Amino acid sequence: MTPYLVRRLALSVFVLWGAVTVVFVAVRLAPGDPAQMMLGTSATAQDVAALQVRLGLDQPMPVQYGRYLLRVARLDLGESLRLNEPAIVAIAERVPQTARLTVLAMVIAVLLSFPMGILAAAGGGKPIDRAISLISLLGQSVPSFWLGIMLILVFARELRLLPSGGADTWQHLVLPATTLALPLVGILTRLIRSGLLDVLREDYIRTARAKGLAARVVMRRHALMNMLIPVVTVMGLQLGQLLGGAVIVESVFAWPGVGRLLLEAISNRDYPLIQAAILVITGGFLLINLLVDLSYSYLDPRIRLA
Amino acid sequence: MSPVPPQGRRRAMFGLLLAGIPLLLFVLAAIVGPMVVAYDPITTRTGDRLMPPGAVLSDGSVAILGSDQVGRDLLAQVLQGARISLLVAAATILAAGLIGLIVGVLAGYYGGILDSVAMRVADIQLGFPAILLAILIAAVLGPSVLNVIITLSLARWVTYGRVARASTLTTKQLDFVDAARAVGASDARLLLRHIVPATLTPLIVMATVEVGLVIISEASLSFLGLGTPPDQPSWGTIVANGRAYLNTAWWISTMPGIALSLLVLSVGGFGDRLRDYLDPRGSAAHTQL
Repeated sequence: MTPYLVRRLALSVFVLWGAVTVVFVAVRLAPGDPAQMMLGTSATAQDVAALQVRLGLDQPMPVQYGRYLLRVARLDLGESLRLNEPAIVAIAERVPQTARLTVLAMVIAVLLSFPMGILAAAGGGKPIDRAISLISLLGQSVPSFWLGIMLILVFARELRLLPSGGADTWQHLVLPATTLALPLVGILTRLIRSGLLDVLREDYIRTARAKGLAARVVMRRHALMNMLIPVVTVMGLQLGQLLGGAVIVESVFAWPGVGRLLLEAISNRDYPLIQAAILVITGGFLLINLLVDLSYSYLDPRIRLA
Repeated sequence: MSPVPPQGRRRAMFGLLLAGIPLLLFVLAAIVGPMVVAYDPITTRTGDRLMPPGAVLSDGSVAILGSDQVGRDLLAQVLQGARISLLVAAATILAAGLIGLIVGVLAGYYGGILDSVAMRVADIQLGFPAILLAILIAAVLGPSVLNVIITLSLARWVTYGRVARASTLTTKQLDFVDAARAVGASDARLLLRHIVPATLTPLIVMATVEVGLVIISEASLSFLGLGTPPDQPSWGTIVANGRAYLNTAWWISTMPGIALSLLVLSVGGFGDRLRDYLDPRGSAAHTQL
């Protein structure tokens, strides 16, 4: 392990600790006593007090916090108040669905934004460039919950091409993944366009052209490869943000992922489940960012991770 | 974006004014609109329910944007929603900017433990997807307009804090600050007269990028039922309300979203021009990352 990797891992653990602590504080600031909540309004005061002892809620705050940290370290995130199973199990069942959604959204974003960015840069200033700029600006300005509903109106209600919600077949994945991808298409297209325009001004591009390489080869081998680093950086950061966006998109399309589970947990005031969902999403976010960092040295051998 | 030559400043000013017109129209609509087309959350007129845009209602008025499932005029709701959206955006930008300014300037100026703590907190917050933090805070605080402002301010102060700190670190090393200190200016005077003014321009540039994000975040929280309460129609709550009527009344969910997208586009256009005007050498790409 390089010192860089050690430092990077330490930072991730620190951020995760911060997230765990924020969630601990937030859940305790929330109105309502968890023991009362679990037992319902018909419970007697003795029952509530007994459960408080069993849950450790009668202990002083620092003791509760210490025990909580130890449990989190063992991945014991408590029992869901509503689902009658450990919170971590309920989350684990939903993780593959959220993963499918975000990965497909990223694939769609890449498949759309590279051709659009390249076309825009190649036609700098011409109508095609302006049209693509407008599309990418729109992609960033339209809120995804509304975009999702508009896609449902057009493709599910009017054209009856695709289902509006649920997760039974691959067709169920098309609308949510597209909705999740579109803001990212806007960001990536602008980045690819401006990156290419910068790179195409470099001397080595002129050299490559002067030695008679075809425009296509110059674009692919010389220009594209050299602007990948900032694009991959933003892609990585945005893949993490997609996990946040997935919460909203899953709610619009009734997609059974971690995000919808989190929202259900919030409306049920199911604090162990809220806590677990937020920690799992944050963990995924940190892991993705770590992998993105590590991929730089592979993409650009000039970068030594020191 | 190409650098603006000195004589381009007048042109940048002109562009700024021109780009301000749509935004001004939104602000006017939000202030005057609800006075002209009154929003009444209580009265229900079942005879007027789910009328399409342009339909004449039972009291003889025309529902330009249609009506909802209890016969309330949608235009009145959208205008009322514009108030909420702009109010939350303005208050959040001010509050988050002020927190960021104070924390960032103090951290950058004094350094030491204050700086370390503030920046580690910032690291933790940036380690979270921002919307997730907002959902967590909003779920704990419960739905109200003030709580949305608190939630979004807490979720978004970090970017301002970092910008203010970076700007302070640069400014405090400049000769004129040394000179002021040499003639005996106190810390408070240095901070208020020299450091803070220098951080304002980058903070305003930052704010122009943030406004659109805040407007979308408020609408998203309200859509999820974590933003404004049901009796305070925000664009997000109206869109959520219309979901049950997509088959019969597409306009309920559609209209507020169009208003929202147009506002975000207007704000974005105005922000770009303001950036050109304030910071002619900086490029848009520079402030985006």
